[in-house]
Formats: sequence, C-alpha cells, structure tokens
Amino acid sequence: MDINDIRAWQTTILLISFIGIVVWAYSKRRKSAFDEAANLPFADEERHQATIKKENLS
Amino acid sequence: MESQTTYNYKVVRQFAIMTVVWGIVGMLVGVIVAAQLAFPNFALWDGVSFLSYGRLRPLHTNAVIFAFGGSALFATSYYVVQRTCQTRLFGGPLASFTFWGWTLVILLAAISLPLGITSGKEYAELEWPIDLLIAVVWVAYAVVFFGTVAKRTVKHIYVANWFYGAFILTIAVLHIVNSAFVPVTLTKGYSFYPGAIDAMVQWWYGHNAVGFFLTTAFLGMMYYFIPKQAERPVYSYRLSVVHFWALISTYMWAGPHHLHYTALPDWAQSVGMLFSLILLAPSWGGMINGIMTLSGAWHKLRTDPILKFLIVSLSFYGMSTFEGPMMSIKTVNALSHYTDWTVGHVHSGALGWVAMVSIGSLYYLIPRLFGKIEMYSTKLVELHFWTATIGVVLYIAAMWIAGVMQGLMWRAVNADGTLTYSFIESVERTYPFYYVRLLGGAMFLGGMLIMAFNVWKTVGQGSAKDADDAIPAPAAH
Repeated sequence: MDINDIRAWQTTILLISFIGIVVWAYSKRRKSAFDEAANLPFADEERHQATIKKENLS
Repeated sequence: MESQTTYNYKVVRQFAIMTVVWGIVGMLVGVIVAAQLAFPNFALWDGVSFLSYGRLRPLHTNAVIFAFGGSALFATSYYVVQRTCQTRLFGGPLASFTFWGWTLVILLAAISLPLGITSGKEYAELEWPIDLLIAVVWVAYAVVFFGTVAKRTVKHIYVANWFYGAFILTIAVLHIVNSAFVPVTLTKGYSFYPGAIDAMVQWWYGHNAVGFFLTTAFLGMMYYFIPKQAERPVYSYRLSVVHFWALISTYMWAGPHHLHYTALPDWAQSVGMLFSLILLAPSWGGMINGIMTLSGAWHKLRTDPILKFLIVSLSFYGMSTFEGPMMSIKTVNALSHYTDWTVGHVHSGALGWVAMVSIGSLYYLIPRLFGKIEMYSTKLVELHFWTATIGVVLYIAAMWIAGVMQGLMWRAVNADGTLTYSFIESVERTYPFYYVRLLGGAMFLGGMLIMAFNVWKTVGQGSAKDADDAIPAPAAH
C-alpha cells in the first residue's frame, strides 16, 4: 500500500469519528445523562447554605 | 478539620494564595523588562549581567506561565475535581508534595535563569536537573488527579475534569519529549534532536504549551466557575463534549506555524497553517458555550464584577483565537513574524484570557476557602476589573500598531532593491509604543496589588476552620 493511501484513510477515519462524536453527543439517548452531568457543579451545596445562614445570624 | 469526611482544602489554599504572590512577582518582572525596552540605558540595570533583558525575559515568561498560571491550575483543578467527584483528593500527602515540589521548581528557576543557566528553548529554558524534578512533580499531580477521578462517588466525570485531565496528560508527554537532553555537566545539557527536527519538536512543545497549558486547562476553569458564578448549568453540555474532542485533536498539529519560512519542510509549514485555521471552529464553539451560559441572566453582568472578569476573559479568548489563525496564514505571517504584533497577540491571550479567567475564579474561590461568602470588598474587585481591562487594551493596541509598523518598515525596498530602512530606524520609531505598553503593563500589575490587599483582608476576616469542606453523604438514588 502506498503511503498516500494511508494518509487518505487516516483523513477518512478521522472525519467519520468526528461525525460519530457529534451524532453521539446530540443523540436523544444521551440527554438525561448529560443533563445529570451538567448539574454536577451544583450537586454538593448543602452545607454552603448552612454557612450563609450562619453569617446572616451573626 | 482534616479527615476523610472533608475535602482537602489545605493544598487548594496554598496554591490559591501563591497564585496571587507569583502573579505579582511574574508581572513585576514583566514590567521591568518592558521598562528596559523603553529605557535601555537606565542606570539601575545598565551593564548588570543578571538584570539583563536576555536573562529576565525568560524569568518573566516562566514566572507568569508556570508559577502564576500553574498555581492557579493546581488550585482550581484540585478544588473542582474534589467537588464534582464528591470525594477527597486521592493519595494523601502526595498533594502536599506537588505543592512543595512545584514551589522548589519555581525557586530554582528564579535562581538559575538570572545566572544565565538556560537550555535556550523557549518556555522550556530550565536545565535538565530541574526538568527531572518537574517530571516527578507532574507524575505525582497526575496520580492525585486521576486517582481522585477514579474514586469518585458520582456516576459522571464532569466536563471540566476532562479538560483538566487532557491538560495534565498532554503536558507530561510534551515535557518529557521536549526535555530529552544529553547531560554534559550539572548545569548544561544538549538537546537529543538535531537541527530542524529540534526546532520542530520545540514548537510542537511550545505551541501545545499554549494549547494545553494556557487553553485547555483554563477552559476547565471556565466550565466550572462560570456556571457557579452565573448560578446556572453550562449552556450546552453536548456542545462541550464536541468542543473537547475537536479542540484536543486539532491543537496537536498547529505547532509548525511558529516556523514559517524557515528550514522546516514546506509541507509541514502548510499542515501547521491549515490546522491553525481549523482551530478557529472549536475555539469559538467553546467561547460561545461559555458566554451563552449567561443567557437569561445577562443582568448579572451589570452588578457582578467576578462575572465581568470571567465573561470579558472569554471575549479576549475569542479575539486572540481569531487573531492566531489569521497570523498563521503564511502571507500574514510574513508581515507579523518577529515583530511586536506577536507580543501583542500573546498578551491578549495571556493577560486578557488566562490571567482574567484565573482572577475571576480566584475571587470566587478564596472567600469559600476561608469560610466567607464573598471578598472583603466587591468595590475593589470592580476597581481591579477596570484597571486590568484598560491595562490590557493599552498593551495590545500599542503592540499591534508597533508590530504592523515594524513589519512594513522591514519589508520596504527601494527601486534598486536595497532596504528603505535600517533596523535601528524601526527601533527608534517603536519607542512611543514601548511607553504605552509599559503603562498598560503597570496598570495590570497595579490591579494585582489591589487584589493582594483584598485577599489579605478577606483571609484576615475569615478562618480556614469555617470553610465549607464537608463531603456530602452519598445521595440515595
């Protein structure tokens, strides 16, 4: 196989994997999982509210 | 309190405070080298070898990138990975080792560079014994970070951690490959690679230091601190996934644009230029994702100076990731390369994006690390914001004009083919812009001093004991 065949295949495979990632990321199946992940920064805030209360009292 | 029921905030506190300290040191050295260009014969540095421009300039770049930027990344990545994985940092004392190890690296750099001990590779000037120490600290960092991700108590790995993780992994590979030296003495090693290959390896490293250290990692910061400060999840999590894969797979190939019109083969230069142009898409995708997180809450920008820092940093990111691909086009590069335009471009990224997103994140982070809900003075944060923004604009506008002028003067030829201007004529014409740049840089440094005062007061009023470092009990699903 000529090296240029390998180059052409590489480009094709990369393009297909990019399209694959886009299709996967935007599929309906992933929606709930991504929504859950997107809320992770807010998932651990219980005690912070306690601090705010404490500061308001003092 | 230190136990398995709390997050490890100690190491985050150490790195967060040192970010401010190293920021001031690194930017002060920057202001000094800017003054040296504006006033080369000033008695303080004229003829003093260890204060010469050639030795202080790498000290400035290393201090701002690796000491200031690096500390900001250690602090925020340790904070974000713990809180989004809801588990304490992995590896116990290893996190503390990364802090003291990194501090030692910075001190060794601060001694060796002014002494003129340098490998001569840009952004990789430190000699081989320090490179070895960096490699050890970095591996420890990777163990702590990925160990924490592995023992997470939540199902998903939040997107910010993907960005931080890619940064840690890639920097390890870049550093080890580019630092392949044949040691001759304790303070001198020679590169393993010959000629043009050495140049290509160096700029594969150099551009990815920009791409992964100064971009990918700070995007991790963006994906956590902008949603937190705006109090809403990121605009599109799906876009962030595509953003991640597109960005990391494109950046790797852009390095050759630093070597246009050199001994590097032409095809490699063209590959570098093409990939740099493609980079515009993922860069702007990420920027839009960050800015649009504010959709529906734009009014917060009016009153919240922390959000101003974060959102304006993204605007500078968008500007410099448009400018970069344009400058990588060979014909544009023929005008811009080796001029102060490059310096302006770098600082629009480094001050406008990297420093401002770090400063915004620190203003969010520092009160929380010391049991406070906000900084000592929000007015001073606002003042810092305007000082910094005006400083950056003065800096980059001066360097743009100076750069284009230099490029045009250097390429001007008379009818008989001789050069119209000598080099020194272009230097002479640059002086006014050097004064403006010095003013802009000094303003940015002034903003950091305001920040240091504000942090000092916040830490003084708060207490590490009161910090909210409890790990929530595993949620019942």
